[in-house]
Amino acid sequence: MKSLPFHRRKDVRLAFRYLIACLLVVIFVFPVYWLFIISFKTPDEIFAFPPVWYPKSIQFSNYFVLFKDGDAKTVLNSLILASVSTFFAMILGTMAAYSLVRFKTGGENLAVWIISQRMMPPVAIVFPVFLLYVFFGWVDTFFGLILLYTAFNLPYVIWMMRGYIEDIPLELEESALVDGCSRWEVLWKVVMPMARSGLFATAVFTFVFAWNEFLFALVLTRTEVTTYTVQVTHYFGGQSNFWAKIAAMSVLGTIPVFIAVATMQRYLVRGISMGAVKG
Amino acid sequence: MVLPGNPGRAFLLSPLDWNAVAAATALHAHPDRNFRYWLLTPAIFLLLLVGLFPLFYSLVVSFMRIDMMDTDTSFAGLYNYANLFSDMRLWAALGHTLLITAIALPIELLLGLAMAYLFLDRMPGRQIFISLLVLPTIISPIVAGATWRLLFDNRFGPINQVLGWFAGHPVTALWTLNPKLVYPAIIFCEIWQWTPFMFLILLAALSNVDKSQTEAASIDGAGFFRTFRRIVLPAIWPVMAIAILIRGLDLVRIFDIIWALTAGGPGTMTETISVYTYSQGFKQFETSYTAAIAFLVIVILTVVVTWAIRRMGLAK
Repeated sequence: MKSLPFHRRKDVRLAFRYLIACLLVVIFVFPVYWLFIISFKTPDEIFAFPPVWYPKSIQFSNYFVLFKDGDAKTVLNSLILASVSTFFAMILGTMAAYSLVRFKTGGENLAVWIISQRMMPPVAIVFPVFLLYVFFGWVDTFFGLILLYTAFNLPYVIWMMRGYIEDIPLELEESALVDGCSRWEVLWKVVMPMARSGLFATAVFTFVFAWNEFLFALVLTRTEVTTYTVQVTHYFGGQSNFWAKIAAMSVLGTIPVFIAVATMQRYLVRGISMGAVKG
Repeated sequence: MVLPGNPGRAFLLSPLDWNAVAAATALHAHPDRNFRYWLLTPAIFLLLLVGLFPLFYSLVVSFMRIDMMDTDTSFAGLYNYANLFSDMRLWAALGHTLLITAIALPIELLLGLAMAYLFLDRMPGRQIFISLLVLPTIISPIVAGATWRLLFDNRFGPINQVLGWFAGHPVTALWTLNPKLVYPAIIFCEIWQWTPFMFLILLAALSNVDKSQTEAASIDGAGFFRTFRRIVLPAIWPVMAIAILIRGLDLVRIFDIIWALTAGGPGTMTETISVYTYSQGFKQFETSYTAAIAFLVIVILTVVVTWAIRRMGLAK
């Protein structure tokens, strides 16, 4: 190594980095590849020994089955639950965050209490929530799950929007007030538009949390609002799994999230670190 | 910063901010005096409904004796809590949870850090690599578990096949059934899904470290590890601590991946605290006992998290 001139040493280093990078990509992406590829395989290819690493032809019959049996409707259910609950969580959460930031309502204590709600282990409240829902007749209803997911996402939305609202210059709001806007108008016409990028970024993560949720969906749904995550587990069998269905359903449920996150790549780091990294 | 606000009851909760008071008096005459409370009401109501109410309910029920057969609502004292101590399955479940956390968390952290270093300096195509590597993290955990279930299949999965190439003979390991292999299987899946999370956060943190300081240190002859400990680690620690906290909490609550991969099996070998609580509540219908377990979990978590926050220097 020592005898190599400086720029050559740099080349070797770069080549080495590429080698490791490619290796990592293979390891981390291969499972996703395998999932997608199984969904395109014929039964013969799925249950071939040794395993087939790429199908001879791309065929969609595994997906057609899901649509024919109506199983694909669970993706639609997930879509409705995740998007409606995201919508409400964003509005209520932003309102609350605005109150916390601009009026210091409840001081730091209230903010800490709110974020501590997110640290609650879901399994500790799932049973009482189930009983509450049985009592009110909310089990297996869109209303029930939307209410729940909205509430679950509120701490995150409030926490994130607090950071974004703090970045908005106060002078704009003051001049709007002087111009005769009411407090509500200031919130809707000044703050919301100013915090637009933060709103979108937070909404994507709120959507993904609701989309991925499994435990409460498992407990609180029966047939009407089954989410796609619950549907995937319906295909697990003791010995024989419905491989084609597991794969196709998983892919159907994964694509919307890939799209959502791809459009919001810029905010990915701030979003998943809960604001610890400002991006 | 000058804050317009109603000085009202905030006095009781936060130290007096004279700037805020001065600004607020100008706006005090405004009609929407309770505006700030209206803003908070719906959010607080929802949080109380699904957060505090179930807790309160659990607390009450945990002192009764309600199960599938019996609905005895009389005060049973610490009956359920006393039972916790002799419940070996519960302590085993806590042990399993701890085992998975103690192995997966450090690996995710170190691997994520190493990957962050690999991609720290610019290189052509860097952004594409990063985007691809992040894929596992945004997949639903239940799908991640399902995917690995397919990968680990003893006959039709590629993992045994690849192992067979190296071993020179066909490998038919039963990853999700063999007691010796289930934990590696779960931990592989967990690491695969969440290392990119650590990687992404640590990469952002490392990129923000002042380059001139690390360069100065290396000119002074400090080695990589010395520079890392003295300069880089203190700089990235606030972000790293939060990443550890988020992942640690998620790992302690781990449910989805286990459910999809082993469902707690074989037997109860991989039952974590979440899986056990679920089965007590929804398979055995031990209402009161489940409530007591839930409280135990909450108490343990609160103590650990409070300690961790202090220890990591996250508290202000």
